Amino acid sequence: MTRGERHNLKLGLCFVAPWLIGLALFQIYPIAASFWFSLCDYSVLQPAHFIGLGNYHDLAGDDVFWLALRNTLGYAAIALPLGLVTALATAILLNSGVRGMAFYRTFFFLPSLVPAVASAILWLWLLNGEYGVLNVLLGKAGVKGPGWLSDPLWTKPALVLMSLWGVGNTMVIFLAGLQDVPQQLYEAADLDGAGWLGKLRHVTLPMVSPVILFNLIMGIIGSLQMFAVPYIMLPGGQPARSGYFYTEYLYDNALPYLQMGYASAMAWILFLITLACTFAALRLSQRHVHYEGA
Amino acid sequence: MQVKTPWLRPLVHLVLIAGSLVCLFPLLWMISTSLKPITETMTLPPRWIPSVWQWVNYPRAVMYQSDKLGYIPFLVYAQNTLYLAVLGVTGCVLSNAVVAYGFSRIRWRGRETLFAITLATMMIPFPVTMVPMYVLYRHLHWIGTFKPLWVGAWCGGAFNIFLLRQFFMTIPQELSEAARVDGCSEWRIFWRIILPLAKPALAVVALFHFMYVWNDFLGPLIYLQDQRQFTLALGLQAYQSQHGGTEWNMLMAAATIMVLPIIVLFFFAQKTFIQGISVTGLKG
Repeated sequence: MTRGERHNLKLGLCFVAPWLIGLALFQIYPIAASFWFSLCDYSVLQPAHFIGLGNYHDLAGDDVFWLALRNTLGYAAIALPLGLVTALATAILLNSGVRGMAFYRTFFFLPSLVPAVASAILWLWLLNGEYGVLNVLLGKAGVKGPGWLSDPLWTKPALVLMSLWGVGNTMVIFLAGLQDVPQQLYEAADLDGAGWLGKLRHVTLPMVSPVILFNLIMGIIGSLQMFAVPYIMLPGGQPARSGYFYTEYLYDNALPYLQMGYASAMAWILFLITLACTFAALRLSQRHVHYEGA
Repeated sequence: MQVKTPWLRPLVHLVLIAGSLVCLFPLLWMISTSLKPITETMTLPPRWIPSVWQWVNYPRAVMYQSDKLGYIPFLVYAQNTLYLAVLGVTGCVLSNAVVAYGFSRIRWRGRETLFAITLATMMIPFPVTMVPMYVLYRHLHWIGTFKPLWVGAWCGGAFNIFLLRQFFMTIPQELSEAARVDGCSEWRIFWRIILPLAKPALAVVALFHFMYVWNDFLGPLIYLQDQRQFTLALGLQAYQSQHGGTEWNMLMAAATIMVLPIIVLFFFAQKTFIQGISVTGLKG
């Protein structure tokens, strides 16, 4: 190394020093410790005691664990496709050259600005069993509204409905993606005599497919970590634990029950699912997703 | 993609107006409920617009006192949240800017490797680090203090480093080189030349961290114990009675107070919001 190189190395390390601390303390330490705890019986009050794969073995036979995982993935399987289609359809409409686009965009975006806790509280009121306004409106349309938060069959649809309301964020991302599609492609399609649907299928969708994929991955990872909304709206996952989500069970094991090892094993499973989803999506994308210039 | 068929245009507007109403209705209902006397929250069919606009609900919600729920120190919650936001946003902007500078404007051996590791940490979900961080903070006797909720922001985070680095790289190298020839120190170049040019990107980082602190529920739930330390996100729950008889007008007034600053912020910084989200969405 020359003197100049050594000087630059020192300088560079000085600038990234805060992150070196952050990386060690907030990323590497916890991920390593979490793995170690997941192999231990650990209640914080007593020192950790190695038990091998015991926690994972217990999880495999834990009905509540499977229920929470099923609830979470089941919710994601409905909420994500519906949300993506709604967001994309709205973005396409907004991008169709209609007047007042900026106004509409603001309206659609506003709900996603509402903090999760506030929106949970607001929807508790909208879906309230006695005075909930949603069922009043449904009643006017001649439909008898279900017990959104009291009937185990309807708790997940209630959460899906709520997530659709907050889909504006995703819509804005799609809108940015749509605006990046080169205009020449549409002109070329026009020359070939393609109609609106043809252009949608052969130009728009392939061009925004990376954005769709990105939102899908983020959506899966996000649902696995969903916490505040079900925790507030369906305390303890009631009724019948139909609204008990993965991260809630993890939290309950860690803090109220002080089963840190068990919670860490759940955390590692969450981590592995996250990694698997990301890699699977990336693999899939090589076949089906169009990246411009690739 | 333009809609060219003339008769389709009104249809598009119709769909968009219907969608806008669906989006706005819950917010309007929240505000309407927050201004009603308690009896009018419990009428069927509901009153859409309060008979008297009871503005006094707002001061009452802020100084809430009920037999069932006790005193709810809303102003203290707001103060706690702002305290965490100021400390967090300051630390987040400063640390990420410094680190991103080191990753983009100085060339040193090992930089790219370390940057790749940095990006990889974006895949670690919060629940994975939750237990070990709790254990660490417990050893430091930080549980029940605000420290676990802001100290981390001062050490940078992968996503913001990435975002600022991308921005710094678009600034021409010649600017730095000219300054170096004039004998300017690296820190001065960073502070006097690069930072002022990076204001739009710094605004995105600041805004999104503010939103994060304002919205965070799980963090405060884990680390805070005393009710007087609660943040708004944690405290809002307190208005809700577990045994029925919740005063919904109070609860909606409190929720409105929590939502309002964010919406006002949005109207002042709309461009920053939209830019930030677009960048977030397209990084993949």
